[in-house]
Amino acid sequence: MLLFIEQVLNGLQLGFMLFLLSAGLTLVFGVMNLINLAHGSFYMVGAYVAATVMAATGSFALALLVALGAAALCGFLVEVIVLRHLYHRDHLDQVLATFGLILLFNETTRVIWGRQPLFMDIPEFLSTTVEILPGVPYPLYRLVIIAVGIGVAVGLYFLIRHTRLGMRIRAGASNREMIAALGVNIRWLYSLVFGLGAMLAGFAGVMAAPVFAVESGMGESILILTFVVIVIGGIGSIKGALLGALLVGLVDTLGRAFLPDVVYFLFETSGANSIAASIASMGIYLLMAIILAFKPRGLFPA
Amino acid sequence: MKAKYLFSTALALSALVCAPLSAEVKIGMVTTLTTKAGYLGEDIRDGFMLAIEQGGGKLGGVEVELLVDDDGRKPGKGREIAERYIKSDKVKIMTGIVFSNVAMAVVPKVVKDDVFYISPNAGPSALAGKGCHENYFNAAWQNDNLHEVMGEYVTESGYKKAYILAPNYPAGKDALAGFKRFYKGEVVGEVYTKLGQSDYAAELANLRAAKPDSVFFFLPGGMGINFLKQYSQAGLNQSIPVFGPAFSFDARILKAVGDAAVGVHNGSQWNHDFDNAASQAFVRGFKAKYGRTPTLYASQGYDTAKLIGSALKATGGSTDDMDAFRKALRAANFSSVRGKFRFGNNQHPIQDIYVRKVVKDSDGIHNVTVKKVFSNHSDAYAGDCSL
Repeated sequence: MLLFIEQVLNGLQLGFMLFLLSAGLTLVFGVMNLINLAHGSFYMVGAYVAATVMAATGSFALALLVALGAAALCGFLVEVIVLRHLYHRDHLDQVLATFGLILLFNETTRVIWGRQPLFMDIPEFLSTTVEILPGVPYPLYRLVIIAVGIGVAVGLYFLIRHTRLGMRIRAGASNREMIAALGVNIRWLYSLVFGLGAMLAGFAGVMAAPVFAVESGMGESILILTFVVIVIGGIGSIKGALLGALLVGLVDTLGRAFLPDVVYFLFETSGANSIAASIASMGIYLLMAIILAFKPRGLFPA
Repeated sequence: MKAKYLFSTALALSALVCAPLSAEVKIGMVTTLTTKAGYLGEDIRDGFMLAIEQGGGKLGGVEVELLVDDDGRKPGKGREIAERYIKSDKVKIMTGIVFSNVAMAVVPKVVKDDVFYISPNAGPSALAGKGCHENYFNAAWQNDNLHEVMGEYVTESGYKKAYILAPNYPAGKDALAGFKRFYKGEVVGEVYTKLGQSDYAAELANLRAAKPDSVFFFLPGGMGINFLKQYSQAGLNQSIPVFGPAFSFDARILKAVGDAAVGVHNGSQWNHDFDNAASQAFVRGFKAKYGRTPTLYASQGYDTAKLIGSALKATGGSTDDMDAFRKALRAANFSSVRGKFRFGNNQHPIQDIYVRKVVKDSDGIHNVTVKKVFSNHSDAYAGDCSL
């Protein structure tokens, strides 16, 4: 039972990590109707810059600040130079262009930082474990990730529901011609939303850097999961992204944690472990298929 | 003006035509330079090039030209490059492949086309046993070797309850099979994780609950970095010792893992602190040229080059007489950075294998050799090879 609670916590933690990444993606997708495969690249930029600044100065706060700035700047530049010209084009063109951007970003990190994966440690004051349940020490940093995820969710809710900017974003999502006709600078709004999305991805990258390997191409391993998240949640919906991320995190974690025992209990074969591993890795896609069968536009269609 | 232009063109053309007439031997290297695993190919290439440079552009006194191309870790791409080397460059010696799946797509094909392939890394079991071939040599190890040595070491260190993990793909299953071939205690957990997995929280919670006395894992590249960081963040490195093959503890991975790797024992056929003359010359040369500590991959690239050099020397740079060249390769008449080195019947190494330990001292975080565990170790598949 203790183990189950711990695994649920692990699932929530993975979920919030995914939420940080999906929030920006779903915002961009929903408001700008743009498929951005290069979202993972901003995540990578955040991690690389944070690791570099942290290694140079030793300050996590400074690393966070610079990395957020760098990711937002990258997002802004990408929007102005490349994506601005693609809004009226087919989704396939957008996929092609942003896939090209992935290659560009991966190659650029290799040129700047080399093929060597970077190192970033958890800041000293967070690098302990907390005994959340008797006999279960849990890394404090992972609890912080959960807290940060909740904070970002609340912040985005406030921004979208209760500010003028949020109102424009919602208006832009439902009818972009109308809001442009009403005198809102839609170009500027798009750049801002895209920069915000990139910054959120960069933030996820900074949070991930001490836990995961900081290496060229790190964005792609997690990007597929985030696409699953926003498809489950309903494209364009922050609420959907939050729920989708938590669902994916829980299903993935609990599947990996308990399926081997279940399969072994049912079949008692020596290959149970690898069969279970295969099923567990399909878990989230099964979840997506089932949800889409009943709600083709996701849980919270925007 | 026109005449001058014509003249220079003719000169350039004649230079082009003349080039193949020089006694230069072309060596085709198919390796992985991009993707997350790009540093593996980079080290193999750099080790190989160091050997050429130390010979003044020659291997075994024969002038060589190294062609390098990136397979992007894709079997199809590797095969394309290999075909191009054979058809348009007339390459007779190939090397470089990092990954077993790429090797399986390329090697059986090229050795049939009368090309010598000398592997600096990948050693899939399929090519060591029934699928062995007279034109295929492996200068590194058979894939299972570095797992087998850990099985033996964990057993002889008195551990009885091991928890073992690997990614759910062929090399991962081979790794755990290799470990279990020599491990005599009880396996309290055998887990296959997703290939390319980032988060190991679920596995770590289960691991803690299973109460093992030792952990063996094979998670190459970034997966290993993720696992080790999270293992230490969960406080597990205080209580349960970790063992693994050298692949997750090379000099470059250690830089990315940091303190979380300190104290881990890992199996390798070579370490940068070996005191034989060949190894010292290699480490010194590598550090001077590239400014970093060489990994085992670099040492394998270097040894592969030296091995090819020894055969070129014996035949005077000719590969026309394939039997003579093959015989020269099989003799392995070169000083390996590993010290002793010879080939078994399946043309895979028979060599000593060691256990190293990750320490942190004034030189930073690096491996020190602990002890020799296997002497003259071959592989489990040699018996199936009909050579």
